[in-house]
Amino acid sequence: MIAEFFQFNYTLSIVMAGAFILGISSGLLSSFAVLRQQSLLGDVISHAAFPGIAIAFLIMMTKDPLALFCGAMVSGWIGTLFVNAIVRFTTLSYDAAFGIILSVFFGLGIVLLSYIQKVPSSEKAGLNSFLFGSASTMLYQDIITMALFCFIIILFIFFFWKEFKLLSFDPDFMSSLGFPVHKLNLLLTTLLVISIVIGLQMVGVVLMSAMVIAPAAAARQWTSHLGAMVFLSGFFGLLSGVIGTLLSNSIPHISTGPMIVVIVSFFVVVSLLFAPHRGLIWNWIQNYHYRSNIRANSMLVNMLLFSESQTDPYHCHQLSALTAIGRGPALRAMKELQRQQLVRNPEADLWGFTKRGYQKAQHLQATLFKDDHGY
Amino acid sequence: MNAKLVDDDCAVLVQDLTVAYREKPVLWDIDLKIPKGVLLAIVGPNGAGKTTLLRSIMGLIKPAAGNVSIFGQSIHQQKKAIGYMPQRGSVDWDFPTDALDVVMMGRYGHLGWFKRPSKTDKKLALDALDRVGMADFSHHQLNQLSGGQQQRVFLARALVQDADLYFMDEPFVGVDAVTEKTIIELLKQLRSQAKTVVVVHHDLQTLSDYFDWVSLLNVRQIAYGAVNDVLTQENLKTTYGGRSAFLTANQSAHNQS
Repeated sequence: MIAEFFQFNYTLSIVMAGAFILGISSGLLSSFAVLRQQSLLGDVISHAAFPGIAIAFLIMMTKDPLALFCGAMVSGWIGTLFVNAIVRFTTLSYDAAFGIILSVFFGLGIVLLSYIQKVPSSEKAGLNSFLFGSASTMLYQDIITMALFCFIIILFIFFFWKEFKLLSFDPDFMSSLGFPVHKLNLLLTTLLVISIVIGLQMVGVVLMSAMVIAPAAAARQWTSHLGAMVFLSGFFGLLSGVIGTLLSNSIPHISTGPMIVVIVSFFVVVSLLFAPHRGLIWNWIQNYHYRSNIRANSMLVNMLLFSESQTDPYHCHQLSALTAIGRGPALRAMKELQRQQLVRNPEADLWGFTKRGYQKAQHLQATLFKDDHGY
Repeated sequence: MNAKLVDDDCAVLVQDLTVAYREKPVLWDIDLKIPKGVLLAIVGPNGAGKTTLLRSIMGLIKPAAGNVSIFGQSIHQQKKAIGYMPQRGSVDWDFPTDALDVVMMGRYGHLGWFKRPSKTDKKLALDALDRVGMADFSHHQLNQLSGGQQQRVFLARALVQDADLYFMDEPFVGVDAVTEKTIIELLKQLRSQAKTVVVVHHDLQTLSDYFDWVSLLNVRQIAYGAVNDVLTQENLKTTYGGRSAFLTANQSAHNQS
């Protein structure tokens, strides 16, 4: 059955499976990278992995996926070690260290790549596809290797869930509990390196950092629970992998990796705009409501102050008189209050309390400016 | 023999502790014997090394020289005996989780590797939230909490650690009067349970009301002992270099009486 499916459209299935795995693994790890404010580290790792691929090829003289994976992993890992060493032993800060390592390693990779072009080997074609990624060069063995690493990532996240959570939130406190924070840090960074290396062949060195930032950035907008966020960012990664593959397959001359990145970026934009509670549009609407409520409430309180000079609290006043003691556009506040049936408008320009409005005004007067919780 | 007995009564014993940042000493030759069951304040001006002292006693900073022992053993053997309440500003309060989950993190040390918090741990965490007056906020997201509430969550997290020795870094900073009262009452409760509490503090006004022991710190330890013995004009002047507003206010009050 599976064999039939793979034979049905071999290339598409391979690419689809690859995109699927790449999406999950980078999506899962991206949550931790973003929460630990290490999004840029993803960019460093992917660029730093590049010379490792070239060196692994020069040693093995074959494009064996496992060898290339390992080369990429080791060199990506060395890159992050160098970043840490630079920050620790020099006065340079993280951003400078990131910039240095990223460009030095990437430059080295390009130099090695141009050297490889001169090496007589039939296998060398396709190595430069690691720059921008190329789905069509993917083979069945690549998928197996990717799936294996993806499985390792999921396993570790499952078993070290509690530890990774605390490490991301409060490493100092974790250290005071006696956990080896430094080692856990290395472990989580290693998993990040693995998740990046998994995607290099398909998405490429240059765009891979998007897969380490975007899924989590999108997921954070929709949820405030770490578990849901990690799940959702894995899901966003997976979905963009699958959709990107399908789109690039149906539109000629569109490469898969960049298409996946475009899709995941689309998720980010939509999430930043429309997610409830955190989205920009949601905030605009909320702020509008808050403002109009505040205006309406302050109008009610003003009317109460005004009515204290009258024997009948339900006495109606002219809008201009109320405007004089209030602030902002009085008519709009009145219309809002009328909609809530808190004021009545018996004549053209006369406004007064309804019974409910009077009660609410008294309640506001008594509680306004007092936080409900007292602190 | 006699000296040994005294050392055994100590919650914390610090000898010749020196901490340096590059060539600049942050703490210089500190000796500290903290008896069990006291509320101790570490007081001093900005940059005096208060937080550094707290963190190096807990083994979070490696000292350039000196020894620290907790209940007669090294800190690494006593991690379960200590509770820690860091400064509120040391974490990102936009982290996606709720108050209860953060308090539960105080149980992680007892849980050890891989084990998830049980129902008992959850109940302990809820009780602790109740004790700091945050029972209704257990499922509030961290970013919905005010500064004082965040401080209470951190205190609750320290409480569920069920430690014998607590380290608290500026627990009263940026909190309102109600929270301050809640916190100090809990600290006094801890003392009445024979627990030792070491607090980095900055408010000289409340010092003698809240604490029974004090360490005046300005890179060196200026004075150490019971609050009433240590809190003299001369000691404060040495610690703060005569710039403390409290000094002059206190002095004028003294002159009037």
